[in-house]
Amino acid sequence: MARYVLKRLLTAIPTLFLIVSISFFLMRIAPGGPFNQEKGLAPAIMANLEQVYHLDKPLWQQYLFYLGNLLQGDFGPSYTRPGFAVAELFRAGLPISIQLGASALVLALVLGGALGIVAALNQNRAVDYAVIAAATAGSTIPTFVVAPIYQLVFALGLSLVPVAGWNDGAFPNRIGPVVVLMLPQLAVVARLMRGSMIESLRSHHIRTARAMGLSDYSVVIRHALRGALLPVISYAGPAAAALLTGSIIVETIFAIPGIGRYFVEAALSRDYTIVMGTVVVVAIFTILFNLIVDVLYAVVDPRVRYD
Amino acid sequence: MTVHLRSLLIGTALSLCLAGGALAQTVLHRGNNADPESLDPHKTSTVSEANILRDLFMGLTMHDAKASLIPGAAESWSVSEDGTVYTFKLRPGALWSDGSPVTASDFVYGWQRVVNPETAAEYAYMLSPIANAEAITAGEAAPDTLGVRAIDDLTLEVTLNATTPYFLEMLTHQATYPVQRANVEAFGADFAKPGNLVSNGAYTLASFVPNDRITLVKNPNFYDAANVAIDEVNFYPTEDRSTAIKRFEAGELDMNDDLPSEQLADIKAKFGDQVKIGPYLGTYYYLFKIPSEPWTDAQLRRAISMAIDRDFLAEKVWQGTMLPAYSFVPPGIEGYEAAAADYAEMSQIDREDAAIAILAELGYGPENPLPMEIRFNTSENHTNTAVAIQEQLKPLGIEVTMINTDAPTHWSFLEQHGDFDVARAGWIADYKDPENFLALCKSEAGNNYSEYANPAYDALLAQAAASADPAARMELLSQAEALGVAQDHCVVPLMFYSYRAVVSDKVKGWEPNVMDIHPTRFLSK
Repeated sequence: MARYVLKRLLTAIPTLFLIVSISFFLMRIAPGGPFNQEKGLAPAIMANLEQVYHLDKPLWQQYLFYLGNLLQGDFGPSYTRPGFAVAELFRAGLPISIQLGASALVLALVLGGALGIVAALNQNRAVDYAVIAAATAGSTIPTFVVAPIYQLVFALGLSLVPVAGWNDGAFPNRIGPVVVLMLPQLAVVARLMRGSMIESLRSHHIRTARAMGLSDYSVVIRHALRGALLPVISYAGPAAAALLTGSIIVETIFAIPGIGRYFVEAALSRDYTIVMGTVVVVAIFTILFNLIVDVLYAVVDPRVRYD
Repeated sequence: MTVHLRSLLIGTALSLCLAGGALAQTVLHRGNNADPESLDPHKTSTVSEANILRDLFMGLTMHDAKASLIPGAAESWSVSEDGTVYTFKLRPGALWSDGSPVTASDFVYGWQRVVNPETAAEYAYMLSPIANAEAITAGEAAPDTLGVRAIDDLTLEVTLNATTPYFLEMLTHQATYPVQRANVEAFGADFAKPGNLVSNGAYTLASFVPNDRITLVKNPNFYDAANVAIDEVNFYPTEDRSTAIKRFEAGELDMNDDLPSEQLADIKAKFGDQVKIGPYLGTYYYLFKIPSEPWTDAQLRRAISMAIDRDFLAEKVWQGTMLPAYSFVPPGIEGYEAAAADYAEMSQIDREDAAIAILAELGYGPENPLPMEIRFNTSENHTNTAVAIQEQLKPLGIEVTMINTDAPTHWSFLEQHGDFDVARAGWIADYKDPENFLALCKSEAGNNYSEYANPAYDALLAQAAASADPAARMELLSQAEALGVAQDHCVVPLMFYSYRAVVSDKVKGWEPNVMDIHPTRFLSK
C-alpha cells in the first residue's frame, strides 16, 4: 500500500506540471490584461507597470520565470492587488475556506449518511418518501436562493444570527455558510447512501448474515454499511476538494474572506498569478482527495488490493 | 520589538483611559463596496481605496464634509503671478502617527516616489502638471529633477509646467499624499501593512484582514484630534449589495456605499430618509468610432443621439438611480455652465421627428436600414441599457446588434483602437473640474476612444488652460463642450451617475456632495 501511495504521489508531479503549463498559456489567450480598466492608463504608466511585473517579456520567458518561482514555493505578486503577494492572500483565506468546507463536509456525510440509512431501512414508507423529497429539494434549490432566505429568516426575522461577516470566526457567523454549503451535499449523500444501502441489504452476504441470526444493528452497521459506503466515498472525494477550496456564492453572500471568490474574480480581472494560484491549490486538493478515495476503497472493501 | 512595545504601551494606555474615564468607544461600521487593492496611497486607484486613505492620510489640501476645498497638511499657500509656482506653508506641529513631525521633505520624497517609474503608480498623472513629472514617469529624467523642493521644514515650493487652475483640487487625491521615508525604507513593499504603516491623517491602521475588515483607530497625534468624534472605524467590503442592505437593516453596518437598485422602491419604503441618492460627478456615455464610415458624419451621430430617450433609461432601466444627461460635464462644479445639446429642451417626440428627418436626408430609414453594433462591458445594467436603445432606434431604421465582453477585453479593445460602431464608456471625476471630462475628447488623449480630432476644440482647451481669469476659463471650457460634445458628439452622454447610499439616522454629519466624499473625522454617532 505504501508503495502504491508513493507511486501515486510521484505521478502527481507531472500531472501538476501539465495543469500549470496548460493553464498558464490558456489564460493568456484571453484578451486584455490586469491593467485594462475603465480609466485607461497612459502608455508610459502602462509600460512601467508591465516592466515592474515582467509582463513586457516574451511569454516563454514569463512562463519559465513563473515556473522557477513556483518551484521555490513563490506564487508571485498579485497584479490587481499590489499590496499583497498571492501566497499572503491564500494564507489568509485558505484556512477559512477549509474550516467552513470541512465542517460542511463532515456534517453532510454524517447527517446525509444517517438519513440515507433510515430511508433505506424504511423503503417505500412515509419516512423514505420524506427523505427523498427533502433530498431532491436540497439538491435542486440553488445556494443563491437558500442563503438569502436563511439571512431573512434567521438573521433579520428571528435575530438569532448575524446576517453576514466573518467576525474573526465567531460561531454564530459560521452557522449560515456551513449550513448553506452543507445542504446540497447532504442531499446527494442521502440519496447515494439510500440507493447503495438498499442494494447492499439485498446482497447474498447480508441474507447469510441474517440467516445466521445476527442482530439488526450488527447486520446493518457492520456488514451492509461497509459495502454501501463505496459510492459515497467516490462522491465525497471530489466533493471534498471542491468544498475545501471555497465557494464564490457562499463567500460573497455571507461576506466570508475565503479563497472561493478568487476563482471568478481573478479570472475576470486577469490577475494571472492569482488564477494560477487557485489552479495549483485546486489541482493539489483534487489529486490528494482522489488518492484518499482510492486508499479508502481498499480499507472499506477487502476485495480491493493495490499490491 | 519596538513596534510591539509601542502597541503594547498604546494598548495599555487606551485600556486605562477606558477603565478610568468610563468613556465608551464610538465605533462606526462602514460598508465600503470593494476591498482595497493596497493601502499604499501611491498604488491605489479606486473610490473604495480613496475612502479609507482619506481617513488615514492628509494631503496638502483636502475636502470638508461638503467636498469644498480646505487646507490640509498645508496651512496656507501662495501662487506666483503667472500661476506656475505654488509655495505651501505646512501646518506647524503636525505629526506623523509615530510622533515625528510632518515636513516639506516628506512631500518631496513622496511625490518623487509617485512619479518614479519603479513605483509604477497608476495615478502618477495626478502630479503631471508639475515640472518634469511626465518625463520622469516616462524614464527620461531622474526623479530628483521633479519641480518640487523643500525650502525649509515647513515650506514647500512646487513649480508647474503651466498654470493649472485645478491643481489644488488635484492635491486632494490620494496619489498626492505624503509617505514617511523612514517608514517606506524600513519595511519596503510591506510598509502599508498594519503594525508598520505610519500615516498623518485623523486615523491610523489597526488591522487589515483581506476581504473581511479594515479597522482604523483615532490618531491622537492628529492636529484636530479634539474634534474627531469616532474612535474606531471599520470598513467592510460589501460587494454583495443585497447582503449589505440586510446587514444595514440588522444594524451590523451604520452606512453603506451603493444599493441594490433593483430593490430601490422597497428600500426607500423601508428606510425613508436614510436612503441617499443624489448627483455625482460621473457620466455614463456612448461613443462612435468617428474615423470609420458612416460615423464620420456629425449629423448622423447627432440624429442617433437625439433619438435616445434618456428619461426612459434613467427612470426605467436604472430605476431612478441615474439622471438623464445632455452634456458631458455633470452639474455641480461651481462656476461652470455645462453646454447642453440644443435638443435637451425638446420633447422626445420632437427629437425623434427631427432625427428621422436627418436620417432621411442621409438616406437611412426603415426601407434602407443602418446596421449599428453596440459594444459594452458585461453587466446586467449595461445590457438593459443597450436593449432599451435598440428598441428606441428600431422605428428609425437603425438595426442595433450588441456585443458584450468582460471588462479587461472591452477596455483593451478600446485602448488598442479596435474597430467598432458604438461603444460604452464611463468617467468618474478624479478632481472637481470640467477639464477632467473635456480632456477626454482632446486629439491623441489616451482615453479618447472615439478618436475625435478637432484642432479648434484642442485650441479652446489650450486657451482655457492658459487663462488666468477663472470665469473666462470656465467660459472657454463651456465653448469647448458646445463644440466638441453638443455639436460634434465626440461622446454621446446618456446619463449622469448618482451616489447611492444608506446612512443610519444614528450617524450625524453626513453631508450630500457631488464627489460622494464623507471623511470619518467629520462624522459622529
